[in-house]
Amino acid sequence: MTSTSPFAATAHEGTKLAVQQVARFGFLAITLLLLIPAIGILAVLVIEGAPGFSLEFFLDKPRDNGAAGGIATALVGTVWLTACALALALPLGVAAAIYLSEYARDNWLTRTINVAIVNLAGVPSIVHALFGVGAFVHFLHFGKSILAASCTLAVMTLPVVIVATRESMQAVPKAFREACWNMGATRWQTIWRIVLPNSGSGILTGLILVVCRAVGETAPIMFTGAVFLRQQFPSGIFDKTMALSLHLFTVSTQVTNVPRHVPFAVALTLILVVLSMNALAIWFRMRLRGRKKW
Amino acid sequence: MAPSPLTGEPASAGQPPWAKALDHRDRGWWSDFAARTIVWLGGMSAILFIAAIFLFIATQGLEFMRHRLDIGAMLTGARWEPTVEPPVYGALPLIAGTAWITGVAMLIAIPLAFGAAIYIGEFARGKQREWLKIGIEMLAAIPSVVWGVIGLHVMKPIIQDVFGVQVGLNVLNAGIILGLMAAPIMATIAEDALKAVPDSYREAAEALGATRWQVVWKVVLPHARPGLSAAVLLGIGRAFGETIAVLMASGHRLMVPESIFDSAATLTATIAAELGEAAVGGDHYQMLFVLGLLLFVITFTINLLADWLVRGRRKSA
Repeated sequence: MTSTSPFAATAHEGTKLAVQQVARFGFLAITLLLLIPAIGILAVLVIEGAPGFSLEFFLDKPRDNGAAGGIATALVGTVWLTACALALALPLGVAAAIYLSEYARDNWLTRTINVAIVNLAGVPSIVHALFGVGAFVHFLHFGKSILAASCTLAVMTLPVVIVATRESMQAVPKAFREACWNMGATRWQTIWRIVLPNSGSGILTGLILVVCRAVGETAPIMFTGAVFLRQQFPSGIFDKTMALSLHLFTVSTQVTNVPRHVPFAVALTLILVVLSMNALAIWFRMRLRGRKKW
Repeated sequence: MAPSPLTGEPASAGQPPWAKALDHRDRGWWSDFAARTIVWLGGMSAILFIAAIFLFIATQGLEFMRHRLDIGAMLTGARWEPTVEPPVYGALPLIAGTAWITGVAMLIAIPLAFGAAIYIGEFARGKQREWLKIGIEMLAAIPSVVWGVIGLHVMKPIIQDVFGVQVGLNVLNAGIILGLMAAPIMATIAEDALKAVPDSYREAAEALGATRWQVVWKVVLPHARPGLSAAVLLGIGRAFGETIAVLMASGHRLMVPESIFDSAATLTATIAAELGEAAVGGDHYQMLFVLGLLLFVITFTINLLADWLVRGRRKSA
């Protein structure tokens, strides 16, 4: 008995396994090819942008159309816009998710709502901007203001909240609800005391994703409330404001003689906010998934 | 009728005797009713908004479209000169620019996204899989305007050096940027499509002696085809609707591009570039809403088609 073990790979099987290995590494290479740009972008932003970081950069107002000074008014403006968009989108989105997860039957109305959500998420951001200009700025007479821009952002981010919340509500086991109903609780009591507390992670994920979108979007706010340059901090929701994303657009395309590190520093700020928010959402999801035992 | 054993009262026709006791409208019933109404309104808001978007854009655009615009001339006109007198609205350069850039983006995004989806869904396991998924998610989170800066300051000199061309902001630049932007979303949807293929199919193929690659190629991919088509469609929708990154990376030249090294302009970028300077309610302003309507109708169709592909697939599985 030299080499004819009954379990040895035949020549044909050997080829099959070799092909499998080639395929495996080929696909790994493609995946890495997709991820290398992400790391490269981050590296470029850090290398080019970090020299522009200083305390003054974050605390000073922009001078020379943004070529000098800091980004204080843009930062504060972005916080205003994001907070207002969140205040509008979160209650509405959670309500819609409760309806879809707890009340809706599988009928044409529910299907229509689902189609509407998919399309609301898929409509280009510039179309949302046109809607914001037509509906909020002119039709409702909000003017170019934080309110109009936040409403536009809220409409745009609504699907994000709905989908994240609905998914985590549907993950709450049916037995929890049945136990509650058997104690004589109404539908709403069950939702308020049992389903919502158990789907907090989904709502929080939705919240974080809304912040990411609202911070990063430029097109929907540039015609509805954000302006290129404004020295004052906003004092109310009917003020115009600067925003970080639009400021980045301005300093990279509209203003000449900007020092090279300025756009990179603004971009680095923006991406640090967005990525840290995202990391938070991911960490949250993992922690809760690890803890849940149902 | 016999008296009920519970209450001693005669049961009313067809209703259990305790039905009335349960059905009385106390505070709990009213708060339940109020909550139900409120969340129903929340659900309706999605329909309301999408209808409102369509109505607002259509009413702004339609009047101009019906009375003062030759649709045929608009779709085939090669000159887009809204600010000269008389203004010329030929959208062909914008449509061609959009098609070129979306095409290049898909050539880049489809192999990357599907390769990544297949590796993450079928080959990677455990920690490696988690990390790759996080990486994809992070890539998807990079804001549009940051991609624009990358196109403007990083890709531009690279393209000028590598291909020896004068203009670094061109179809290729915008296509690469858009491809990288669309790929993570396509990869996520494609991976979902692969995951939707039942494990019993894979196990059956493995039991017949197929290697993992044979399982993927012969069993999983053919079965996931509708979901993968949906991923491509949604990727096209994403690339097509992207605004700021394209405006910054494409060079925004209002002419029909003849090669991938020509600058170009897209529908979205044109709206973004011109909406600020168009007089509210004027012809130019309304014309931009017509372009918006065009964008809306095309993305709506793409989304419906993709949704139908995914859902139809689920029903048959």
